[in-house]
Formats: sequence, C-alpha cells, structure tokens
Amino acid sequence: MYFRPAYALMAATALALAAPLPALAQARISIGIQQEPTSLDPTTDATAAINVMLTQNLYEGLTTVDQSGAVIPQLAESWTISDDSLTYVFNLVQGVTFHDGSPFSAADVVFSFERARAEDSGNPRRATFAPIESIAALDDHTVEIVLNNPDAFFLFDLAQGPASIVSEASAETNGTRPVGTGAFRFDAWTRGDRLRMIRNPDHRNADSVAMEVIEFRFISEPAAATAALMAGELDAFPGFPAPELVAQFEADPRFNVMVSSTEGEVILAMNNSREPFTDINFRRAISHAIDREEIIEGAMYGFGIPIGSFYPPHGPAHVDLTDRYALDHDAARALIAESGFDGRELVMRLPPFPYATRSGEIIQAQLAAVGLNVRIENVEWGFWLDEVFRNRNYDFSIIAHTSPNDLGNFARGPSYFYGYEDEAFVDLWNAIRTETDDDTRLEMLRQAQIHLADQAVHGFLFQLPAIGIFRQGVEGFWPSQPVLQLPLTEIAIN
Amino acid sequence: MGYFLFRRTLGFVLTLITVSVVVFAVMNVLPGDPALTILGIEATDEALDNLRRQLGLNDPVHVRYLNWVGGALTGDFGTSHSFRVPVSELIVERLPLTVSLAVSGMVLTIILALTLGIGAAANHGKPGDWGVMFIAQIGIAVPSFWLSILLVLLFAVTLQWLPPGGFPGWSDPVGALRSLVLPTAALALVQGAVLARVTRSSALEVMRLDYVRTARATGFSRQRVLWRHVLPNAMVPIVTIVGLQFASLVTGTIVIENVFYLPGLGRLIFQSISNRDLPTVQALVMLFAAIVVTVNFIVDVLYVLIDPRLKGRN
Repeated sequence: MYFRPAYALMAATALALAAPLPALAQARISIGIQQEPTSLDPTTDATAAINVMLTQNLYEGLTTVDQSGAVIPQLAESWTISDDSLTYVFNLVQGVTFHDGSPFSAADVVFSFERARAEDSGNPRRATFAPIESIAALDDHTVEIVLNNPDAFFLFDLAQGPASIVSEASAETNGTRPVGTGAFRFDAWTRGDRLRMIRNPDHRNADSVAMEVIEFRFISEPAAATAALMAGELDAFPGFPAPELVAQFEADPRFNVMVSSTEGEVILAMNNSREPFTDINFRRAISHAIDREEIIEGAMYGFGIPIGSFYPPHGPAHVDLTDRYALDHDAARALIAESGFDGRELVMRLPPFPYATRSGEIIQAQLAAVGLNVRIENVEWGFWLDEVFRNRNYDFSIIAHTSPNDLGNFARGPSYFYGYEDEAFVDLWNAIRTETDDDTRLEMLRQAQIHLADQAVHGFLFQLPAIGIFRQGVEGFWPSQPVLQLPLTEIAIN
Repeated sequence: MGYFLFRRTLGFVLTLITVSVVVFAVMNVLPGDPALTILGIEATDEALDNLRRQLGLNDPVHVRYLNWVGGALTGDFGTSHSFRVPVSELIVERLPLTVSLAVSGMVLTIILALTLGIGAAANHGKPGDWGVMFIAQIGIAVPSFWLSILLVLLFAVTLQWLPPGGFPGWSDPVGALRSLVLPTAALALVQGAVLARVTRSSALEVMRLDYVRTARATGFSRQRVLWRHVLPNAMVPIVTIVGLQFASLVTGTIVIENVFYLPGLGRLIFQSISNRDLPTVQALVMLFAAIVVTVNFIVDVLYVLIDPRLKGRN
C-alpha cells in the first residue's frame, strides 16, 4: 500500500469531523470512600482511610510499593544494605520540598523516625521501628539506619503510611492541615463531607500527573453510594461496599467494574485459649464442617477467593491448602466426639461489617449441621475491639486481617486475641523475618502456611475482594491491592 | 411569672446535670476504648498507653467527670478524642446544617399538616378526606430511611433534578438550598403525616362546637371560619405534637444525614459513639437535651398565648 499523505490527511479530517466534539480530558476527579477519617495524620491514627487517601499521594515515604507489591524508591532514590543486612544507607532524592516550601533533607527522615520510635510515641505501627538500633544523617542527603536484627520486611514497612516522612514544622498540625512531599497537596477538608487535594506543581514528577483536583467524598451508606454514582456525582468508588449491587453496575454501560484481590484474609477466628478450641481435634472438626464456596456465594455474591491458610492467593509463596480438610460432616462429628466437647452453646461475636455478619449466619447453619449450637451476637466495632480483641471474650468471630505480611499474628503469643501459643511457629516466624535471601524466605513462608493449616488454628475462609466501580473513561487505578493505598498520580479521565 | 421562670430554669439546669452524669456513666460502662479505636489492632501496648495518657483516659472516672464539669462551666467542652480538635469547633462547623435541616423540616411539616389536616376536616367524609388520610397513613408507616432512598432514586438518579446527597456549604447558596430539598422532604413527609392526622381530628372536634355553627350562621365564609375560628381553638394539641416532633426531627437528622451524607451533627454523634469519643458525645447529647428542654419551654409559653384561659394557672 502506498502512503498518500493527502489521503491520510483527508481521512484524519473526516475522522475528526465524524467524531463528536473532542472530549475534553477531565482534570478533576471525585472519588467516593466509605470510611471517614477523623484525622489526616497517618503517623498517629490507624484509620485505613487516611492511608488510602494520603499515602503515596500527599505523603511520601523513603520507599513505596508498586502494583505488584514490590518495594521501589520514593524519597530515597537508592539504598545500599550491608552484607550482614544490618546497615542501610539511603541516598535521598535532592531538590524536594515540603508543601509548605521548606526543603526536605536527611534531618526530616531522622526526625520522622525518631518521633515514631520515641518513648512517648503513639505511632500505630510502632513495631516497624522496633528493630532500629540507630538513625543518623551522614550528610544532607544520606541517612544511615542500623538495625539490631536483620528484617526482611523493613523496606516494605517503610513504604506504609505510619512511616511517612514529615517535617518537624508541621508534624503537630498534620492531623488537620497535612503537609507532605507528595504529588498532591492539601486544599480543603470539610469533616464528614469531603477532602480536596490539588496537584503539587513543584513535585518532581508533576508533569506526568494528569489530575489537577482530587476530591474524596465520604459516603458510608451503600444505597447512597449507589445513588451518587448513578447520578454522576462520583467518578469512582474504589472500595465499593456492597457486592450485591455489583451486577447492576456491570449491566450499565456507563460504568466499569473492577474486582481485585486484597491482602485481607477473612478468618473464622477461634479462641484457642478456651475450651473446646484448645483441642486440635475440635478445631479440625470446624475446618471439616465449613463450606467455603457456599459462604462466598451467599455472603459475597461470588466475589472472593477461598483460602486454606493465612496467605493471599496472589502472593509469591502461596500454597493452595483449601483441600487440606475435605467438607465432611461425618469426619467433623467424629472429631467433635473425640474432643469430648460438652455441647455447650458457643458464642460467635461478629463485628459490624457485612462480610462478617453475612458469613456468620451461613457458618452458624453449617456448624448446626454437625451438631454445634452457635449463638450469634452482632456487636459494634468499639465493643468488638474491647471485648473480643482485647479481652478475648469470645468463642468464634469473623474478621479480615487486611495488612500485608501478617502471618506474624500467629507468633504474637497467647495474649493476642487468637489465644494461640505455638513455640515452633514463633521460631519459624522469627526465621522468616530475619531471612534476607528471597528464595529461602519464600520456602519458609510455604512451610508456615502448611503449619497453620495443619494446626487448624482458625477456619480460613476467603480473601476479601476489593470492588471498584469506575465511570467509563476513568483509568489508572491499580488492578491489585498489595497495600491499603490508592495511588492517584497515574489517573486519567478521557 | 417570675416564679414560673425560676422553676423552668431550675428544671433546665437539673435536666442538663442529669443528662451529663448519665452520658458519662453509660459511656464508661460501655465496652470500648477510644485509644484502641484510633490506633487499630496492630498498635503496640506502649503506643496505646501513650495515647491513653495523652487523652487523659488513665485518670479515674470521677476525676475525669469533674474536670469535664470544670471545663464546661467555663465554656470549654474539651477536645475530641478522635478528631483531636476542640469539641466546640466541631459543633460550630456542623450546627448550621443540622439547624437548617431541622427548621426547614419543621416549617414544611407544619405547612403540609395544616393545609392537609384542615382541608381534610373541611371535607370530612368526602373523597378528599379519605385521600389525605390514606396518604397520611402511608406516611406514618413508611420509615424515613426508605422514603429517602425512594426520593433519591426518583429525583436524583432518574430525573437528575437534585443532587443525591452531600452539602456544598453556604458559600454556594443555590447549591446548598438544592441539596437540602430532598432531606427536608424526607423529614417533613413522615412528620407531616403524623401532624396532619392530629390537625384533622383536632379541627373536627372544634367544628362540632356550637360557636362554629353560630359563626357560619352569622354569615362568615367557610374559609374564614376554618382559619380564623376553628384553627386557633384546635391549636393546643397541634402545638403539643409539634413540640414533640421537633425533638424527633433533631434526632431524625441522624438517619437523614447518613443517607444523604450530610456533614451535620447527627452524623457526628453517630460517628463519635462508634469511636467512643466521650467529650464529643457528651457535648452533643447536652446540646440535644438543651434543645428539647427549650422547645418544651416554648411550647408551654405558646399554650398561654394560644389559650388565654391558661393564664394565671402557671
């Protein structure tokens, strides 16, 4: 075929004329979010919405995490790790300024981390900083951190919101007027209604950021969220709260639905420190009695991947253990008989999340089928935190553990709300945490999953899905959720 | 009159003291720890301890209560545990919206109820009466939550006349008014239905009285008799119900503000209870109690204005 410039031009003109008015690229986006923050400071408050909205967008860390969950540079452009895995030297990006105009330097890193690990610190992830022996600024753009133990998750943990780098000048007021180094800066916050951020023109990657204005709207009611999307008030609802309404959006050509997996393992938690759960036979009986497919279908409308242990199915070390205990009522009854359970009524205390309350009712029926009498108590979140989580006053509960790398929960000893004591697992977890060779660590992570499934510590149910509803043309949201963050620098609306 | 005022003021103060003690006691008995709610399930024990110390939660209950009373007497209602700003700031931010909503809801309720109720009474036994009573019965039976969703579906999603929720703030007066229309309607339709029935039966009772017939016989028009002679005498039960309804309108905003995601006091109290944010809950419950007591007082004064016979009976 010959190339005829004139024809090409004509064709292009015709196309341009035929197309409707050239769609103006939209530079502002309105995003719905269910949870409402009470503070905008991720270093003093664990509310997930703070990290979702602000980490990677307004605040930056030394490191960050990409779509695959891999650690990549952010405020540290590179780093070196000593052979004994104890000394980290971070080379900081130069020429960065905070949103208040003050320059970013090594002193800010030292300040942020010293504040987070200080004696009187209220940092929600203080454990991140526990392995740190010392922090020193070698010069304005180099920071040296020495650990007292190797920590395989250290760089990953530094990418989380509680490890954000803040300036001493604004640290105390970040809760209401957040100042960071990110690609978006704070504009306005109407508590209970909306949070607005605008593009930071001084950011080193500002040229590649398409959005000028980001507006988060706090909408907790699923019905209201649906109406807001339908009425065109919102461009996106990345953590859409109601799986039962997804079909409606899938059928609507104005919207795209994106369902992805998260780091959230949903478990039927059992109080391992209490009879009859101290007996492994009884715990295994529960695993034999649970029908995951039925739970996912009934409670989650089919969204959610079954899990057989405590590790996300998309993770690099995943082992499929969903067949470890076959659905077998006779086996379950036999194991219950063997455990000598007295047949008392068991209490299932459920937090006020739809995945938990709905799964609970189905599991109640499944356990009744093997002769167990379970009473459901729906409690509100403050009650759950105090009575179930802190006081371990429960038999069963259902909860999603949404943090990455949280297998260590099983090594937290009998005072943790699992009430689970397992020296072998503690040793294994310590080995995993301090193992810096990737292949060896992945192999140990596989062992850990198998160990927990063997012990049937909990009923392992399914991986919590993330359901995102997006207006047609909205692009750039991550299709995976390796961290509880919502990076907005690549968003575009066509 | 002086004695009357003194007694009412004393009652007002005693009510507020009782309310403050009850809220404090209930929030302390209720399982839950604000520090745990803020820092989440991964916080270390030391971090939780530090936060509890910062929030002053380690002091004994009576010390905290007396500290709170001391502050409240000087107008300082403390700092919100979860928002970590002065409670008064939170309330001032959100009060205008909730007050706008409650007042506009009340005004619409009264307009609806009086026109429909008197209209129904005037057409007693005719189709118009049945129609109003039928609709009112539905209005009483329908929860405002469900009605809100239906209103949103029709006017925001299908017709796209009004926003489905949210509040742009009074800096955008047109937008602010538009976003108040549906919540106001949701509040007023339910309350208006109740009040319309009361208005109707109260008006019917008065219409049977001799003086109404006399007034008609004297040659006054139906309308004049209805609005000038019947309504004032039918007002006492209506005002009583309006007083009660204002209280339920204020608390009704808790539901309405959640459905229409409006940043008002109703949503704040809901969130503060979940977060075990005692200073905020305390101040809000006190505020609601004060509003209810004040409205009751206004109702009592109105009785005397409406019915001069009550004067002198205190």
